[in-house]
Amino acid sequence: MLSNPDSDVVLSVTDVVTQFDTADGRVHAVNGVSFDVREGELLGVVGESGCGKTVTMMSLVKLLPMPPGKIVGGSALFDGQDLIQADSDALKKIRGGKIGFIFQDPMTSLNPVLTVGYQLTEALRLHKNSSKSAARKRAVELLELVGIPMAKDRLDDYPHQFSGGMRQRVMIAIALSCDPKLLIADEPTTALDVTIQAQILDLIQILRKELGMAIIWVTHDLGVVANLADRVMVMYSGFIVERADVEKLYSTPKHPYTHALLRTLPQMEGERAQRLESIEGQPPDQLLQPESCPFSPRCVYSFERCTRENPFLEFVSEGHEVACWWDLENDRPREVS
Amino acid sequence: MQLANEKTPGMSDANSSKPLLRLKNVKQHFPITAGLLRRQAGMIKAVDGVDFDLMPQENLGLVGESGCGKTTLGRTILHLYRPTEGQILFKDVNLTQLKPSALRALRPKMQMIFQDPQDSLNPRMTVGSIIAEPLDEHSTLKGKDRSNRVEELLDAVGLNPRYTNRYPHEFSGGQRQRIGIARALGLNPEFIICDEPIAALDVSIQAQVVNLLEDLQEKLGLTYLFISHDLGMIRHISKRVAVMYLGKIVELGPAHELYSRSRHPYTKALLSAVPLHNPGREAKRERIILTGDVPSPANPPSGCPFRTRCPIAETRCANSMPQPKKLSLGHWVACHLVD
Repeated sequence: MLSNPDSDVVLSVTDVVTQFDTADGRVHAVNGVSFDVREGELLGVVGESGCGKTVTMMSLVKLLPMPPGKIVGGSALFDGQDLIQADSDALKKIRGGKIGFIFQDPMTSLNPVLTVGYQLTEALRLHKNSSKSAARKRAVELLELVGIPMAKDRLDDYPHQFSGGMRQRVMIAIALSCDPKLLIADEPTTALDVTIQAQILDLIQILRKELGMAIIWVTHDLGVVANLADRVMVMYSGFIVERADVEKLYSTPKHPYTHALLRTLPQMEGERAQRLESIEGQPPDQLLQPESCPFSPRCVYSFERCTRENPFLEFVSEGHEVACWWDLENDRPREVS
Repeated sequence: MQLANEKTPGMSDANSSKPLLRLKNVKQHFPITAGLLRRQAGMIKAVDGVDFDLMPQENLGLVGESGCGKTTLGRTILHLYRPTEGQILFKDVNLTQLKPSALRALRPKMQMIFQDPQDSLNPRMTVGSIIAEPLDEHSTLKGKDRSNRVEELLDAVGLNPRYTNRYPHEFSGGQRQRIGIARALGLNPEFIICDEPIAALDVSIQAQVVNLLEDLQEKLGLTYLFISHDLGMIRHISKRVAVMYLGKIVELGPAHELYSRSRHPYTKALLSAVPLHNPGREAKRERIILTGDVPSPANPPSGCPFRTRCPIAETRCANSMPQPKKLSLGHWVACHLVD
């Protein structure tokens, strides 16, 4: 049994490396990712498709197809055990119990031939050994908690009888059913319309205050995490390139990628840009072992060192870490201790 | 909603030139059939009385949530479906009354760029033959002229002209969308419907494609109907914006006015639901959170389509459909409670 050194750290991830062996070769999906999530904290994980944000989360709880996936190394301490080393029986107890999940598309993650009530009570009966009637009672409470009207009558409805937003509420209710210490939400609002997304984000804010669990919120939408997260980490090509408190990341982004990404977004207020800034080029080919900075081919600040060495994530100011050889604020190469 | 010509929303009061495209009370209803005999059991009113004008070289943004009928409207304009009712005039020609052969002769002038470049490109055709297909159908270009034109088009969208023999899977998402754009440009169209052209692309690639579309518009004098659910991008790319809800246009106006002084309660809620990428500003902003979901277009509410979710709805909203009102130059709102 291992113990967490920091008492308020719920999950402590160190150097997770995940690869996929495909017909084309080895895909380097996650290349050494480390992070902590504290009690009651909402950690935003932002990146474009293929940056490894989902694979990182799925590696922690081994929800990857293995093979072709392979967790090459690393550790993830949760509740006194290393999830990476844990066997499948131990993981079964944790998944859906102390760690809850919300996935992107509520239609494909709910079983269409089982009632919502069955799917809600399944986890309760499995993890908490609740009786059938107690589980049903709790299920009604959960549906009320996530704002589904006439919860009692809807328990015996099937997923197709719910709208997209309501289905996502059901998913949230299932994730919360066993009072998780940690909730992993993977693009939970991406498939929803903006007005429905606003409802779900509002709900999450209320639930957070009420239940106080830690949340990891994975998304490609920089706007969503801006008003939700306490801290945000930005991923690119399987690396964390920047991590900071939410205000700092948005006001003074220190990685050229984050900086450029925020400037490619059109503004909803104020002066309208004449022309959008764009990041030229494409994300890198992950079949190659990354040896230099993965962003350097697209980076306007790239210099000789960037093509030679891969920068590591380091603190550059209070609550702000960045993996870049260039000091964006002072417009010169970073001085490395 | 029948309107006399001079009251058609979208008539640009300042511009005296003739509209390129004019929609009058366009409706697209799809029948719902049921039972063994496929008897008609109802009607999905996907587009239910839309009027607007589109000026040459204009970029009109059409926004709305999924299921509001924006894509159906785009397809109806191009007559991929015959409209159930109403008139669609393209350069003063009423498309709804044209014979198929006459419509086909006009098609090169009107093109479409689709949302998903993966689905809209045939995986078994080379990029060269994909782009040349409209040329073979509608032009007399042959041999060297034809291949020159394909290379010219690839070059125009920022792809290497030597890529003609490659297949779609060899390209990234953003590059595939460029192929779709090249195909749409082949026959020198005047009007292009961009149906969510960036929705399937990553953020860092979206800006590249939007900049390309803007450059092409300027260079070739194109007119766009830009359909999107991305309100930020519409603000950037469109000078005028139409907001659609349940098959109807609820507000239409100049982009700067609509984004700063929107009047329809739905537009207000829609704009406030977009998360800003600015944590400090976001915390101070007043957000309107709508309750409930969009009603089914098979069974729309009586009167105003938005009244079931509207925070300020009154009894009269259930009784009659509000007619579009002109508030200022080119700004139209369909709401009983706006004066």
